[in-house]
Amino acid sequence: MNPRPEQDRAARSVDVLVIGAGPAGLAAAARLAAAGAGRVEVLEREPEAGGAPLFCARPGFGADPRGRALDGPGYARRAVRAAVRAGAVVRTGVTVTGWAGPLTLETTAPTGLAAVGARAVVLATGARERSRPARLLPGSRAPGVLTTGELQRTVTLFGARPEHIGRRAVVAGGDPVAGHAVRLLRRAGVAVAAVVCEGPRAAAGPAGLPADVPVLAGAVVTELAGRGRLDGVTVRDRDGRTRTVRCDTLVLAGDWIPEHELVRAGGLPLAPGGRGPLVDAALRTGVPGVFAAGGLLRGGEPAARAAAEGRAVADAVLARLDGRDPGPARGLPVVAGGAVHRVHPGLLGPEPAPLVLWAARPLVRPVLSVGQDGRILRRARLGTGLVPWRPLRLGPGWTQDPDPGGGPVVVRAEDGGDGTG
Amino acid sequence: MTPHGRRPRTGAATASPAGPKAASGAAPRPASAAPPRAGTHVSRRGPLPGGAGETYDVVVVGAGVVGCAIARALARYPLRVALVEAADDVGEGSSKANTAILHTGFDASPGTLEAGLVRAGHRLLTGYAAEAGIPVEPVGALLVAWDETQRAALPGLAAKAARNGHHATRIIDAAELRRREPHLGPGALGALAVPGESLVCPWSTTLAYATQAVRSGVRLLLGCRVTGIAPRPGAPHRLTTTRGPLTARFLVNACGLHADRFDALLGVRDFAVTPRRGQLLVYDKPARSLVRHILLPVPGPLGKGVLVAPTVYGNVLLGPTAEDLDDRAATGTTADGLAGLRERGARIVPALLDEEVTAAYAGLRAATGREDYRCAARPDRRYVTVGGIRSTGLSASLALAEHVLGLLAECGLRTGPERPLAPVRMPNLGEAFPRPYRDAAAIARDPAFGTVVCPCEHVTLGEVRAALASDLPPAGLGGLRRRTRAGAGRCQGGHCRPALRALSEEYGKGAGTR
Repeated sequence: MNPRPEQDRAARSVDVLVIGAGPAGLAAAARLAAAGAGRVEVLEREPEAGGAPLFCARPGFGADPRGRALDGPGYARRAVRAAVRAGAVVRTGVTVTGWAGPLTLETTAPTGLAAVGARAVVLATGARERSRPARLLPGSRAPGVLTTGELQRTVTLFGARPEHIGRRAVVAGGDPVAGHAVRLLRRAGVAVAAVVCEGPRAAAGPAGLPADVPVLAGAVVTELAGRGRLDGVTVRDRDGRTRTVRCDTLVLAGDWIPEHELVRAGGLPLAPGGRGPLVDAALRTGVPGVFAAGGLLRGGEPAARAAAEGRAVADAVLARLDGRDPGPARGLPVVAGGAVHRVHPGLLGPEPAPLVLWAARPLVRPVLSVGQDGRILRRARLGTGLVPWRPLRLGPGWTQDPDPGGGPVVVRAEDGGDGTG
Repeated sequence: MTPHGRRPRTGAATASPAGPKAASGAAPRPASAAPPRAGTHVSRRGPLPGGAGETYDVVVVGAGVVGCAIARALARYPLRVALVEAADDVGEGSSKANTAILHTGFDASPGTLEAGLVRAGHRLLTGYAAEAGIPVEPVGALLVAWDETQRAALPGLAAKAARNGHHATRIIDAAELRRREPHLGPGALGALAVPGESLVCPWSTTLAYATQAVRSGVRLLLGCRVTGIAPRPGAPHRLTTTRGPLTARFLVNACGLHADRFDALLGVRDFAVTPRRGQLLVYDKPARSLVRHILLPVPGPLGKGVLVAPTVYGNVLLGPTAEDLDDRAATGTTADGLAGLRERGARIVPALLDEEVTAAYAGLRAATGREDYRCAARPDRRYVTVGGIRSTGLSASLALAEHVLGLLAECGLRTGPERPLAPVRMPNLGEAFPRPYRDAAAIARDPAFGTVVCPCEHVTLGEVRAALASDLPPAGLGGLRRRTRAGAGRCQGGHCRPALRALSEEYGKGAGTR
């Protein structure tokens, strides 16, 4: 794992090292510390622990025990407090820069360089939205293009003021965060010229979008224009017609990519179709003792879901620490077929577990099948459409009876038309 | 035209960025020449320093890599020199968007000015980079032959390289090629190996030249577009600029893409510039392990083709396209351009296409219809044009600067005695060399070097502060990115830009007009 001998690097060790103090990492740390896993340490590169919710000043993060609605920062503070009260150590302003050994990570902090060894490592580094160039969006490179994440950070740092964002925005993407972006822009006094999202209107509109926002469904932004500052975007609809929408700001919503630098640097096997680590249902990666949870596996998702997975990964870590099941990941490979772009987890073992899948393109009435070696294990028409940014969860019943000695399990979606599923 | 004397600075003075203060002694000066003090060498807005019509011995117009190199060369002499630039930073034109390669000149047309200057420039810049802390990685190039026609062309290219003084090239067979580049796509038949072709940081190079020039007394006038030159036969040039008038005894046109238009201000019509756009894709750092050399195409009847090359920052470049345009500001990318690049890249290193793109950009090369530079001295006008520097300006820059000194001498400039330049040491941006985030001693001295503000590129608060407080601070976040890499990584600033903006604004307030 790319060891780099270096002098002046303070060596120390802990029992469990969690990378990333977002909802998944903090929940994992809280449960591990409470379960007596020994010294549990969470490393966070930001000056404040809490992860993405810190920048989401809106309700939708559940409620506290007295029933008061929580916003993102409130949720984040509670998560940090829970981990610390359970006995975990949360260290902020610490950047993990690489691996010094199979279970040892290199860190940079104002206090100096360190090599931190652990009996188990949980990667909970989250995800980011793809940038303009990562989406291969051609045209002008003028300022005025930002992701929802950057929009939220800008508003957190400078306040909701149009001079730091723009006057007239287009939001691109059907991900739920597109709706958050629209509300944030309006709160900042920025007019929203259009929300552009792929897929039919019924399936595509981001949930909870204000009714008066123009939605260009079944359309994509294909080119940017403007010198000195963005002044418009070209939008192409399903029939290939193009139009120009005037705007000085483009918010790119969704299109998540895992923050997988450590996964790559450590040479961990990758999940097919995605860029996160390959894990089994117990969230073990291909390297014994290294686990993964949260957005790193699936992209942006509700904090509560990431936290639930953080608690789940804690159980797998405890199984390793007490020698019951040291890993690494195992099980039958699960692969995507047809219009399915990606499936999580990538390995079916050790216990039957739910599957999460993502469609490659919008499907109105999909028929879903799970098969192995050409044999259909289960097949059904879904009651709902599929869109690329809304993952679908399948219960463990879908994958209960594959041949353990057989080939990969294939999860496939097809356009169903009106046939019998 | 006797150069007025300015006392050469003492070694002690030049060793410090504040050195020029020490030069303000009783040395005789022309009436207009109050010595620039540290902090006033770079000006970005407002009336020009020194008052209306300030007279300079030499005015260099255009602060790209070539103009900055010329200004730095002139700074060795006791001359009053101004480097004038329309943009608000150095290296804002072709110099900021290129393939970041230090060429040997092996493939130049033998006997041309370009061939000689690239060859000499490669040697000079290799040495200078080591001294100034500019990252250079001499990974070497492989010209990969993908068909029999290309393979048949390799011996001719080797012979051409030899005529250019490069005798170390070698033809390698498919098996050796595969050993040296295991991720190359199928079908490669062989290659010409060209040692010495190197990766370089183009931004650090331009900045090093400009910083050294400024520290050695050159006035850098940014945001200053020259709009007219009054004809005054036999007398110094009177330039009108967007920031006021100035006077130049000798004038150098290093305007790159605009060199023909600047020539026209003096009634000179030698050549026309046709901007040739090159679009490039930058792949994320995991791609770096896929490519060991600069993978050059074999030039053929269908054009020069695209290259795949690592960068000193640990990324991989794919490009450039070559599109002749009319618009000298068309630095956008196109869907066709990017798709074409990906198609070519998929053949050269198929696994590259599976990696994330971190950046897409386009630069414009100043083509003039001739495969050589267009450098000319016009003694009657005391005017030197440095034009047609299409794509090798970075490699040739130091040799070009020496060449321009010769052209200025032809025009009658007497430089006076040479003196040492103020030293410069650039912050390292290269992954092959120690960076602050891995430097325990730097962090111990200043914990800000342990605070990573740009996690993608591991840029620390200490580096950002140093850039904002430097002798040539950035004018905006783009300039900050080129100085530090902050915001240049896989998230393209989505994470750190708000914080960087806050830091820049804080510094802008504290540092006044700087």
